[in-house]
Amino acid sequence: MNPVLALDIGWGTTLAIKAVIVLAIVPLTALILGYVFLLKMMSHMQSRLGPMDPGGFHGWYQLLGDGIKFLQKEDIMPAEADRRVFALAPAVVVLSTFLVFVVIPAGPRLVVQPLDVGVFYALAVSSLSVIGVLMAGWASSNKYALLGGLRAAAQLIAYELPLVLAVVGVVVQAGTMNLEGIVHFQQTGELFGWSGIGFPLILTQFIGFALFMVAAQAELTQPPFDMPVAESELVAGYMVEYTGFRFLFFFIGEFGTAFAFAALAATLFLGGWATPWVHGTAADWLGPLVLFTKVMLVAFLMFWARFTYPRFREDQLQAIAWKWLIPIALFNIMLTGVLKVAF
Amino acid sequence: MKREIKGMLTGLGVTFRTMTHRAVTVQYPHEREEPPTRARGVIALKEENCTVCMLCARSCPDWCIYIEGHKEQRPPRREGGKPRSVSVLDRFDIDYALCMYCGICVEVCPFDALFWSPEFEYSESRIAELLHDKDKLGEWMETVPEPEPLEQGAVVKGKK
Amino acid sequence: MTTTDLPEPGKLPDVDVDPSAFRHLADAQVNVELDTGDMVLNIGPQHPATHGTLRLVVRLDGERVIAADPIIGYMHRGYEKLTEFRTYPQITTLINRIDWLSSFANEVPFISAAESLMSIEAPPRAQYIRTILTELSRIATFLLFLGEMGLQVGAITPAFYGFRDREYVLNLIEAVTGGRFHPNFNRIGGLKDDLPWGFIADCRGTMQKVLASCDEFEDLVAGNPIFQARTRSIGIIPAELGAAYGVSGSNLRASGVDWDLRRDGVPYLVYNDLDWKVWTHPDGDSFARYWVRLQETRESARMVLQMLDMLPAGPIMAKVPRIIKVPEGEVFVNTENPLGEMGYYVISKGATGPFRVKIRSASFSNVSILPWLLRGVYIPDIITILAGLYFILGDIDR
Repeated sequence: MNPVLALDIGWGTTLAIKAVIVLAIVPLTALILGYVFLLKMMSHMQSRLGPMDPGGFHGWYQLLGDGIKFLQKEDIMPAEADRRVFALAPAVVVLSTFLVFVVIPAGPRLVVQPLDVGVFYALAVSSLSVIGVLMAGWASSNKYALLGGLRAAAQLIAYELPLVLAVVGVVVQAGTMNLEGIVHFQQTGELFGWSGIGFPLILTQFIGFALFMVAAQAELTQPPFDMPVAESELVAGYMVEYTGFRFLFFFIGEFGTAFAFAALAATLFLGGWATPWVHGTAADWLGPLVLFTKVMLVAFLMFWARFTYPRFREDQLQAIAWKWLIPIALFNIMLTGVLKVAF
Repeated sequence: MKREIKGMLTGLGVTFRTMTHRAVTVQYPHEREEPPTRARGVIALKEENCTVCMLCARSCPDWCIYIEGHKEQRPPRREGGKPRSVSVLDRFDIDYALCMYCGICVEVCPFDALFWSPEFEYSESRIAELLHDKDKLGEWMETVPEPEPLEQGAVVKGKK
Repeated sequence: MTTTDLPEPGKLPDVDVDPSAFRHLADAQVNVELDTGDMVLNIGPQHPATHGTLRLVVRLDGERVIAADPIIGYMHRGYEKLTEFRTYPQITTLINRIDWLSSFANEVPFISAAESLMSIEAPPRAQYIRTILTELSRIATFLLFLGEMGLQVGAITPAFYGFRDREYVLNLIEAVTGGRFHPNFNRIGGLKDDLPWGFIADCRGTMQKVLASCDEFEDLVAGNPIFQARTRSIGIIPAELGAAYGVSGSNLRASGVDWDLRRDGVPYLVYNDLDWKVWTHPDGDSFARYWVRLQETRESARMVLQMLDMLPAGPIMAKVPRIIKVPEGEVFVNTENPLGEMGYYVISKGATGPFRVKIRSASFSNVSILPWLLRGVYIPDIITILAGLYFILGDIDR
């Protein structure tokens, strides 16, 4: 029995509908993030306008046109590349993006598949992209790509730990790994008896939020952590041999994952789709909009840092992860645990 | 540590401030920025002043000016005088695909037949069409601006 | 192999060629022995970080450089040969393009050399305007540097600020000379034209903008802890070694050497009349080079403001004959260009053009230190060091 539409359709049709929703939403979110932040916000931060002509109104059509352009390009593969691995790598990266979107709730009943271990699943599945990156770096048979792939592997594995540990504080405080449960906890919580804004976990888990943002920035290989894709050195690193629709997959993977991490941050720390005074069916309509707004806010922070800062060198990057972020995350967990038991 | 955090935040402040200010882009071709008067856009030819002395063609570093002329006999100015021989310009082409826009030709011309014009929108889709012939160079004369006044302290030479 | 007969159209000539005979021409002999176990990476002529067509063959162990070999010549345009067959005004046009960012500064030593051979001196107003334009090109070059060093280190935004602020200075140069990048404004004996009306006021306004934008670069780039972590202690050039390799300009001043040809060399233009200081930094690393150029930009802006107040009235051209024939003689004139020390050794045999011109370009010597400097650094540091040395390929290859 489908809870949202109150229709009786079989599990096969439900599965098909859910698959279509995920497949449609991910490129759409990538497009929106790409347009708003990469094309427009970056341009204005650099004192220029960005695309203005395509589509007439401030170039909204630019990325769609780019997508179509990529799709009709010639499919070039280096002669010495490992053909199957080369072709599969972008698919693996994009697959992990799709899988993360499965658990993110957009409303009280609007989630593709509610999971009791939602948080665990989301973080585990987002790290599948490391395999894709390594595959791309190796199969390109290009020294620059190989360097980028190896740097990426080291970086992404190093920053998995702060990402996960930052979230543990949230889980401890909310008492559940289920994303809907966490949202519910924030929606129905109270601040010293006042339930006006619920209890967004960022108020007590600000260390966790900061850690999550830094680790997410590194997971997305965005400056200041974009050594694998260092544009001025490796000229796109592991993606250097990819053109056409394969590059489009990488692009969608990058921005879709940015949206996914921002949505996770919004859900875990800012209350997700929930506002405390809206419940029931109204929340089904308002939820996605609220979630979208919160995602845009979080993404604004991520991209603001991206366009301002230079990049860290690989060894400095690793030092930050292992010597600073992980101890701080462990300290945060300990503090949360102690305070949770005490109060 | 405090200095590092302050450094990071100041950087964020700079980009945020730039974002809130107006962008400096001039949306060509919808808007145009006028180049200054002296901008070296294109060379215009005033045919009546040219005496086919070939100084410009000789002094061009790229040899992009092609001149052909012939001598004609004209009736004498006064009665009983000798017929005058006058040089007539047959062909005066400037190949803008080669031209370096250095201005030596404009400068060395003793008869003020060549002028600079700030007009720059004459791109073509075929390189051969960048060879501007006598008539086209004459058309550019309409776009030649008046020489602007000089700064204070400059020595203004008398008009020739 | 004989190629005395022209081949038929469409057919290749029938010759017997040993393929290995031309290898030294085709792919540049590399002084790095190819060992197994190490990776040889070709940071090739086409690369966003090499400021043009510089080729660096590096032998790597993981991410560390064991040996690096710069290979230049991909942009050789034969300047010294070109000057053998051209007159002085034509050469002035061409040498704009050696260091295309600070193009006015390339003309000054050449014209000074010709003027000293002819024993004429440009009038004071011409000297002042020449100095103003040289300092404007210095500001334009350094604004680009301040932006693009941020770009090489990873921050995309400063590059745009560099270009945006450079536009104001280029507009000034265009208002005077007619060309933004290639002014072609010096003539033997003075300048081609005088300043247009309104230039002094515009220039004052632009210099204030330049000073404000230097503050912005200091906030955004120099004060950024990530930038400092990437550039401090990277690529330290010891002072004596730098001087021995011929490194000049801001690179040497960043190693603590207090040497500036504007003050210490043969006096040229009007630098002795101005109140200015030479900036040095004791560290000698990439951050020092960035900091020194930042301060020099501010200093140049202040110098221009002084000169605008002190600009004398008068003619801008000395008395020179119509057809200029430079008398016989040889002279070497070097000046402090934005990239370093640039010099022209002009040999004249009394014709309208020189007999031989030898061009001493700053970047050629600056790049010669790279094999020593790049030992043992990481790949990202290669990029930082290249960005900090700030060479232009046109200046290296001529």
